[in-house]
Amino acid sequence: MIAQSFQYESPGTLAEAIALLNQYGDEAKVLSGGHSLIPMMKLRFASPGYVIDINGIPGLSDIKEENGVVHIGALAREADLEHSALLAKYFPIFKDVTKLIADPQVRNMGTLGGNLAHGDAANDHPAVMIALGASVIITGADGEREVPIDEFFYGFYMTAIQQGEILTEIRLPVPAAGTGNAYHKLERKVGDYATSGVAVQLTIGSDGIVTAAGIGLTNVNPVPLRATRSEEALVGKPLTEENILLAAQYASEDCNPSADLRGSEDYKRHVTGVLVKRMIKKAAERAMAS
Amino acid sequence: MNKTINVTVNGAKHTLDVEPRLLLVHMIREVLSMTGTHIGCDTSSCGACTILLDGKSIKSCTVLAVQADGKSITTIEGLAPEGGPLHPLQEGFKENHGLHCGFCTPGMIMRCVELLEHNNNPTEEEIRWGISGNLCRCTGYNNIVKAVQWAGAKMRGEETPSTEPEFV
Repeated sequence: MIAQSFQYESPGTLAEAIALLNQYGDEAKVLSGGHSLIPMMKLRFASPGYVIDINGIPGLSDIKEENGVVHIGALAREADLEHSALLAKYFPIFKDVTKLIADPQVRNMGTLGGNLAHGDAANDHPAVMIALGASVIITGADGEREVPIDEFFYGFYMTAIQQGEILTEIRLPVPAAGTGNAYHKLERKVGDYATSGVAVQLTIGSDGIVTAAGIGLTNVNPVPLRATRSEEALVGKPLTEENILLAAQYASEDCNPSADLRGSEDYKRHVTGVLVKRMIKKAAERAMAS
Repeated sequence: MNKTINVTVNGAKHTLDVEPRLLLVHMIREVLSMTGTHIGCDTSSCGACTILLDGKSIKSCTVLAVQADGKSITTIEGLAPEGGPLHPLQEGFKENHGLHCGFCTPGMIMRCVELLEHNNNPTEEEIRWGISGNLCRCTGYNNIVKAVQWAGAKMRGEETPSTEPEFV
């Protein structure tokens, strides 16, 4: 399969890339890892007139900690996330999630920024970002703006990124002591989109009371979903079996999956509940061990 | 509008004038006439087109040739010198019947080159996760796992495991 003809640009600076995006308007698409865009172009679901390859722009793939915030450059590859010692220290969830994204070759190309900017609720990182309380930096001609992850996803393939803008960085608050996080998805085969996926981050005080909870759901809603009622069922209380079951029940009630080859709506709700329960327990284990 | 790119393929430098929509796998097979890299699914699922781009295994059906500008590519043809000794992985696949029809083999081997570079003593589980992006419809994977273990042992300078077939 061959994509439709397009003009290829490989700017060496962010300013140049933004200028090109402004010049070409909605005829242009940004190319990062390319493992969503290129398949869509080959299938002719997307036929951009201009492809702006941002891979040659330096400084967009660093992973570093500064003043209580972990900064991840938008061009950090899945393989970089998988092997980052800094991320492993605070966020073992990245080892959980990257292992389940596609396969090693795709993870050598695919980027975190691209995974989010694609705006697909079937992608795995959106739920993780929701659980971790991330924000994203979007850069345009007028400078950069920080958008909380809860205000980032608008709809299917639609995000807060406006014409002439590029997602350049992801920021994660360094979690407090006593925090654990975990992700799992049910998939039919290695590398498949999730039947359902659940990301959880919990902070548990020395008195056993849950002080913070983040729960994000993959592919069971038109947009990546924060399971707000499930979080509320946990915060301010000890982590009892009863509260965990309640959180699981709320998530399965509050999501809005559609039936497809991966299962019926009821099945997906059920799986979501099971995964919420398991990921809460796994995150809690890691919180205790931290 | 065509673009001029500079690529190093198996050590040889090439300057090519390519259409931006030309896929890397087509550049390798059709422009450079190296047909060792196969096209299977053409949708980044099967891994037959796996090559090394700056040392990292990637699926060349989902990368544009222009993205390889300034980079170094290794294909199956570049693993062993013409007429010289085989790469331990090539030898391992041969010794352990790691292939039947051979269609997946170049991609499988190129993927495992990177796998063994990171860890030359992988567990069976690590190998199976490591080749999770490569489909083989013949072997059932068992002999591929053995081939990779065999190559790992050879690369570590240890005695290679017996290649006697298992009868079940």
